[in-house]
Amino acid sequence: MIGDRLLSVDNLQVDFSTPNGPLHAVKGISFYVDRGETLAIVGESGSGKSVSALSILQLLPYPQASHPSGRIVYQDHELIGAPQPILRKIRGNRISMIFQEPLTALNPLHTVEKQINEVLRLHKGMLKSAARRRTLDLLDKVGIRDAERRLSSFPHELSGGQRQRIMIAMALANEPDLLIADEPTTAVDVTIQAQILKLLKDLQAEMGMGILFITHDLGVVEHFADRVAVMRLGEIVEQGTVQSVFGNPQHEYTRRLLASELKGAPPAVPNDAKEILSAKDFKVWYPIKSGVFRRTVGHVKAVDNVTFKIRYGEAVGIVGESGSGKTSMGLGLLRLISSRGSIIYQGQNIQGLGWKALRPLRREMQIVFQDPFGSLSPRLSVGEIVEEGLKIHGIGSPDEREKAVIEALAETGLDPETRHRYPHEFSGGQRQRISIARAMVLKPNVVVLDEPTSALDRSVQSQIIDLLHRLQHDHNLAYLFISHDLKVVRAMSHHVIVMRDGKVVEQGPAIEVLDNPQAPYTQVLMDAAFDFKADETGVVTG
Amino acid sequence: MSLLATRKEKFLWWGITPVTARRITNFKANRRGYWSLWIFATLFVLSLFAELIANDRPIIVWYDGGLYLSSINRYAEKTFGGEFETEADYTDPFVQKKIRERGWMVWPLIPYRYDTQVIGLPKPSPTAPSDGNWLGTDDQARDITARIIYGFRLSVLFGLILTSLSTVIGVFMGAVQGYFGGWTDLSLQRFIEIWESVPILYLLIILSAIIEPNFWWLLIILLLFSWMSLVGVVRAEFLRARNFDYVRAARALGASNATIMFKHLLPNAMVATLTFMPFVLSSSIVALTSLDFLGYGLPPGSPSLGELLKQGRSNIEAPWLGITAFVVLAILLSLLVFIGEAVRDAFDPRKSIAAAAPPPEENSDSALTKPALRGASVQ
Repeated sequence: MIGDRLLSVDNLQVDFSTPNGPLHAVKGISFYVDRGETLAIVGESGSGKSVSALSILQLLPYPQASHPSGRIVYQDHELIGAPQPILRKIRGNRISMIFQEPLTALNPLHTVEKQINEVLRLHKGMLKSAARRRTLDLLDKVGIRDAERRLSSFPHELSGGQRQRIMIAMALANEPDLLIADEPTTAVDVTIQAQILKLLKDLQAEMGMGILFITHDLGVVEHFADRVAVMRLGEIVEQGTVQSVFGNPQHEYTRRLLASELKGAPPAVPNDAKEILSAKDFKVWYPIKSGVFRRTVGHVKAVDNVTFKIRYGEAVGIVGESGSGKTSMGLGLLRLISSRGSIIYQGQNIQGLGWKALRPLRREMQIVFQDPFGSLSPRLSVGEIVEEGLKIHGIGSPDEREKAVIEALAETGLDPETRHRYPHEFSGGQRQRISIARAMVLKPNVVVLDEPTSALDRSVQSQIIDLLHRLQHDHNLAYLFISHDLKVVRAMSHHVIVMRDGKVVEQGPAIEVLDNPQAPYTQVLMDAAFDFKADETGVVTG
Repeated sequence: MSLLATRKEKFLWWGITPVTARRITNFKANRRGYWSLWIFATLFVLSLFAELIANDRPIIVWYDGGLYLSSINRYAEKTFGGEFETEADYTDPFVQKKIRERGWMVWPLIPYRYDTQVIGLPKPSPTAPSDGNWLGTDDQARDITARIIYGFRLSVLFGLILTSLSTVIGVFMGAVQGYFGGWTDLSLQRFIEIWESVPILYLLIILSAIIEPNFWWLLIILLLFSWMSLVGVVRAEFLRARNFDYVRAARALGASNATIMFKHLLPNAMVATLTFMPFVLSSSIVALTSLDFLGYGLPPGSPSLGELLKQGRSNIEAPWLGITAFVVLAILLSLLVFIGEAVRDAFDPRKSIAAAAPPPEENSDSALTKPALRGASVQ
């Protein structure tokens, strides 16, 4: 059946009307999807890829959104402006969609059975018992173990991977011809991502559907898609087979995207560099309380017996999937949450120090957070945010402080004139630079970087990483770099600690751990991250 | 340091930061609220000088080559050639004649104070609006216009003082509960629940049997119960925000609890607080009015909008009493709500400026080599 045209989009435009005049989100794009093939639309945030996908099913907020021109033809049906009854017959039946965040895409108040049954009863008019049989069958197909028991589960009782599988089961319930997958693996861990991609590939081979795959991750595209369309600012700049686009990119933007795959290594550390921070038998245990008197009945061991050290100018990467305790570790080391075990900073154990004694040390130990939107106070101007640390520590006169703020902003690549603006006026990458400037203005010795790049596009990530490298080199900084993204860790770290469920799985020089992993879990992690190979051994379940 | 000089802006004669300048712009953008503020401010300032607008004494007297500030100081009748040591009654034709003989006097626009009994009314009071008494007189033959002016001043002052005090207490209590959580939160919450269920009206009735309620007594008693209205929202804002990354970042910078509460958390709670403040203000005014209406409020004879409403109820045949009180209250409360809306807009950084989405990421690598030029694209 290959070669059978399922969907063709011709010169599609999408406009949104805003108070400041129309916003051209998509500016005349054309592509097609055939039966049994996968077309990936790849682009960075704001490139219009999700809007294009939503307009296929006419799910945009009309009439704010409009299509000044273009045709979307699904098997002889024109979808733009099609009457609602026809669209309803197609949506979820002939063309299905899965979304990025499975927790918000599933109704939290309905059981798995009810959600999947709804699709079947709506489009197929199945009776309850028949629908139940079919639902069980589907759950089995998407690899949910113990499907019978899972039928009565609510979404919050499932893991991220299981939720995404349920979403896929819902989408496939009516054996659609076309599946639109909008960043289906962005919110899950790499090992789960590999499994989900394998599942989609298997199901495609079995059912022969076409897949329109929307992603920002070039690695996924290379391993998963047949053809690729590269989008930028509402236009498709290049499209073709994966081999031709990746092997011989024509457009300058594609080349830059491919080149922005993280390269570079951290600046070398001299052999005689002194140790600055170390931890021994470090633990972060959260008490579990129950009963009327809130007695502690047990502990969640978020971090359990970790021992490591960092030298001046060195970066230690902490790698782990969500829930592995890596963020707790960063916060615990800075004494922002309570912990046990010794933390030696410049020869002094800071574990037992009171708030007052710790205060002068706070200047030297800084942190940069993951979410560039949540880590900046929305009601302070950028200048106030960066200046705050100086004020707290009583450094300099107001004029000197302003000068230091200007220097820090310039050093992190921001225009000092922007210091009177509020954070919401900046893009994600710029906000992350502000966070870094806030830390750098105090001239720290140790910086904990808690997933500083994971909310950013790849090309912006590499800019931030370059910036971090430069700062490390200029100021001989020690980094504790926390990330789930192994590519970023490889570009940043001298030393790597792999964590799982609070325990260290493997630890050693970055090159050894990443290129020649010893522990089974690390091997699975590397396979999933670099080769998108799903785990077959059962080390990871999701 | 030329950078510093270029960004200074001015509001009236204060130098202000661009942040404040933008807030003022936002406030002005809400036309209704902006004009409401001007109208309210004008009325309030005028009412502060009520003694010069409505008084039973002249503003100034020129007598025998000397100037007498009769609206402020008290002068004996003898000063103006009369017979008694007591204060001159300027409405007395005898005194008026004495002053005219050797000088002149300037009367305020309305020659009555809130407690002046109008003499020589054509009909028994209350009388309908006329040339002499623009809004008529009440059942004790006092000029309503004068009483409204003084009553407006008293109500607004009472409301402002009560609102500011209860906001300070309420925000503080809410902040402490939300920030520290745990047992502090739990015990204060239970206390508030118990305190809230005390019936204020009965308490006031009992208290008014023991003490003579006056302005300050009423203020203290109402304050005991009105501070709770803001605790909930402030507590919720603090609870929500205390685990935000930027609060963690502040803690990592070494900021103290007080700094975090005031600088990082309080501004978040300010929008909620400011949204509630006009309502607290208007409910304070309403509380005073209703106590006066019931007769447990200010001492008899005080200029009070509630007392006027009460007269309106007991003198149904004189509708100007009730209508006047209603219109004044409605205008006052509406103005306050409109101002509150505009203030709320002014403090919301996402409003009106942020109509546009954040700028797209810049991909050019030159951003790192020319730091000074970067960020200029942010509009």
